[in-house]
Amino acid sequence: MTKILPKKDVVIIGLGWTGSILAHELTDEGLDVVAIERGPWRDTATDFNIGYAQDELRYAVRRDLFLQPVVETFTMRNNPSEEALPMRDFGSFLPGNGVGGAGVHWNGHTWRFWDSDFRIRTHLSERYGEQKFAGLELQDWGITGSEIENAYDRFEYLCGISGKAGNIKGQIQEGGNPFEDSRERDYPLPPMQMTYAPTLFAETAKSLGWHPFPTPSANLSKDYVNPLGIAMGQCTFCGFCERFGCANYSKSSAQTTILPLLMKKSNFEVRTNSEVLRVDLDGSGKMARGVTYVDTSGEEFFQPAEIVLICAYALHNVRLMMLSGIGSIYDPVTGQGTVGRNYCYQTNAGTKVFFDDKNFNPFIAAGALGQSLDDFNGDAFDHGAVDFVGGAGMNCIPTNGRPIGNRPTPPGTPNWGTEWKRATVEAYKGTLSFSTQGSSYPARNNYLDLDPTYTDRYGRPLMRMTFDFPDNDIRMSNYVSDRMEELAKALGGRQYVVGRAKKGWNSVPYQSTHNTGGAVMGSDPKTSAINRYLQSWDVPNVFVIGASAFAHNAGKNPTGTVGALAFWAADAIRQQYLRAPGKPLVQA
Amino acid sequence: MRRGIFTLTLFASAAFAGDFSQASEQLADHLIRGQYQAIIGDCTACHSKQGGKPFAGGEPLQTPFGALVPPNITPDRETGIGNWSEADFRNALKKGVGHGGKRLYPAMPYPAYTKMPDSDISDLWAYMRTIEPVHNPVEANQLPFPLNVRLLMAGWNGINFSPEPFKADPDQSEEWNRGAYLVQGPGHCGTCHSPKTVLGADKTDEALQGASLQGWYAPAITGSVANGIGGWSKDEIVRYLKTGSNGRTIASGPMSEAIEHSTSKMDEADLKAIAVYLQTVPPLDDPEQKSISADDPQFKIGAAIYHDTCSACHGMDGKGAGQLFPALADNAIVRQPSIETLARLVLAGSQGVHTKTMKTTPAMPSLAWRLDDEQIAAVLTYVRNSWDNAAPPASASDVASVRQSLTDQ
Repeated sequence: MTKILPKKDVVIIGLGWTGSILAHELTDEGLDVVAIERGPWRDTATDFNIGYAQDELRYAVRRDLFLQPVVETFTMRNNPSEEALPMRDFGSFLPGNGVGGAGVHWNGHTWRFWDSDFRIRTHLSERYGEQKFAGLELQDWGITGSEIENAYDRFEYLCGISGKAGNIKGQIQEGGNPFEDSRERDYPLPPMQMTYAPTLFAETAKSLGWHPFPTPSANLSKDYVNPLGIAMGQCTFCGFCERFGCANYSKSSAQTTILPLLMKKSNFEVRTNSEVLRVDLDGSGKMARGVTYVDTSGEEFFQPAEIVLICAYALHNVRLMMLSGIGSIYDPVTGQGTVGRNYCYQTNAGTKVFFDDKNFNPFIAAGALGQSLDDFNGDAFDHGAVDFVGGAGMNCIPTNGRPIGNRPTPPGTPNWGTEWKRATVEAYKGTLSFSTQGSSYPARNNYLDLDPTYTDRYGRPLMRMTFDFPDNDIRMSNYVSDRMEELAKALGGRQYVVGRAKKGWNSVPYQSTHNTGGAVMGSDPKTSAINRYLQSWDVPNVFVIGASAFAHNAGKNPTGTVGALAFWAADAIRQQYLRAPGKPLVQA
Repeated sequence: MRRGIFTLTLFASAAFAGDFSQASEQLADHLIRGQYQAIIGDCTACHSKQGGKPFAGGEPLQTPFGALVPPNITPDRETGIGNWSEADFRNALKKGVGHGGKRLYPAMPYPAYTKMPDSDISDLWAYMRTIEPVHNPVEANQLPFPLNVRLLMAGWNGINFSPEPFKADPDQSEEWNRGAYLVQGPGHCGTCHSPKTVLGADKTDEALQGASLQGWYAPAITGSVANGIGGWSKDEIVRYLKTGSNGRTIASGPMSEAIEHSTSKMDEADLKAIAVYLQTVPPLDDPEQKSISADDPQFKIGAAIYHDTCSACHGMDGKGAGQLFPALADNAIVRQPSIETLARLVLAGSQGVHTKTMKTTPAMPSLAWRLDDEQIAAVLTYVRNSWDNAAPPASASDVASVRQSLTDQ
């Protein structure tokens, strides 16, 4: 028996970054909002207790804060000719769980995508001709960089991002990123104080004529009070960011920037440990009536609502649409269907340089404390002479020196025993790591759909992920690995190892939790699941917010853009949708 | 918000033919003044419970004599005070005698409210009549025999209670007198901050010198620099009462409720008056307290624990951080004679107050599982004797009794 609950104005699925931003904005509008969150309630002092928040075994190795595959997993394969098998443990990517979502345990790299990303097809066609990216399903996002500039700004000020702008109102700023788009004002806080490794990286990069700058960081360089009036503290460089909650109120998350205020609002409520099974549509299939969810006792509830906001992790957003019949599922054979289309990832490679005479004190660290350069990112450089499109950011961000996981050893070291012990002691302090985080461009056979065989604990089909790195992206990554090698040589250590991306995506070793696309935004309902305001083309009282909306992934961490899209969608709902509820904001 | 609308509805329906505007204006003023009296008297602190309707009855108060439950004071006729008269209400506040001659227990601070002038009580009564009536039966008296015999309170009153209006001190400023009135009268600060006699009455000669209640130590709020608020500026006192946080400390525990419901809504002029008065309240005696030597073994252990466990937030210099982490350096709360509050904070943690201007509600985590009684005593001894603090050392047995009381709760 499903229990039917009193109707709300808005139901939000998932209370992470986007859910919290939307809840804050729409409760300010006076709407009655309920968020339904699959995982537990989480708060700083109780769940990221300073006494055990830095338990590496519990959080980094056993992944206490993450989604467990028993709750939801995916099947995977590299191409449509293979049979997909379920991931029985997460490895390559680690979805979040609980209030705050993956925003609880991120590192805090907070980027803006560029206008040349949002208009990627148009931009590349104009500059190089369409032939340049033949075989890739590149498409525009339906927005421009200048349209969304203010939304980026609001997310950065919400978070207290620490960094140095490179281009304010068209004026290039010394010490910032000269390749970024123009912005209206600088970051709210100055860059973090640099440690030795990124300092050396930046000096060496400059000697090669490149343009390093401090990585924009959501680990705060100073005490901060955000525009909502919520205070955060200066980061203590403890080096426990990724996979950990911050015990010091120093890393931006829903907990540290929004929830203290949101939870006090009388028109907001969160129901935790409650999993949404589906969005329920009316008989026409063109309007959502609300959502059905189940709590931990197994009791089912129907929560009616005027507006449904799907704000879970990107992959869950896509699966919920599929399970609810919102839009049609993409078919790579015909190219028809939009839900599951343009699934992208990240094309990464790493480099280690071993020194005999340097001590980097790697334990003095923070998730986003480092230096980056965009000389080889996106379309910052001329691709006329190369055989690929896209690029990568090059980053020296030594996030941690944690004792279990951070054990660099030079090639040829045995994996155990006396020799390993000697090598790990020697290499711990004297190893400099940096990496390239490369773009991931959509290809016809990289997509998401429902698995024909495997189901979850409620009998619903798992989502199937079909993915391999497109040849273009491998060529791109090799090019930037060559650039890494130039830098590694110039750094002058005893020895270096440059990583290179290869075909055959492997779901086991950790790579990146930047899964994007599958419910992409755009201006053509034939190739996008949602319009430029993140509103479903098919069910206009449903908005789908998150990295699922990315039409491709850039060589950057996605959270800044995810946050900006949340504000962008919130504005559209507040300023346009509520004037004519139930109506599409863009005519198909 | 909802209450505001209700008030207006009442005034609209009460205003009838005649000089509409003048009558309604007077009535509105009467109610607005009454609402302010409810704020400074902080009625909701006791008479409401979390998640409950305002004034419909509170959480049980654990007194040394047994439990008392603050009753429903909404105008519900059956379960509230709907069948009371204004005279009943006035008698309750000023004499501790309710409707039908029923004697109140002095957990209801009538020994303080008795200082209120009748006109203020009249305003308050008018306001109380506009509260949404809630049907919620509350059995207030849960004391054991013979204390449950209300008539005993007649005898208690004979010994402990003198129903006298507030007497202004002509030698002091108007502001000082306003502050004294608020503190001694409706604000009833002494209910928590004054030590009690064996009969549970305020020790009048030790007013506001600090007292233990409900598992917290309400600190001294006298002019003492050592352990009162003599070292704070008036502005700091006002900011603390208005926002809950002033750069020196962040309110938590029972005071956070008093701030949230009462002082944060009070006029700044009244808060300033309170500050002016409190800083003139003489300390009992201010014995020169010497810091413990840095060579003391307990101090050294405490320093090491502080470094590992506390310094990330409170700083190696004990200065804390802005609105988030209270400073421990030169902090009178750290120097109280009792370590009850300090031990409780370390053992159980605590969340800071939420006010309009201070929204963060930062929290101290519980460290009961990580530090044993000896270790907590050591770190408290260290904090109580570092960065311009000086206070007697904490003992493991004191920490143990706080731990026990938290387990018993």
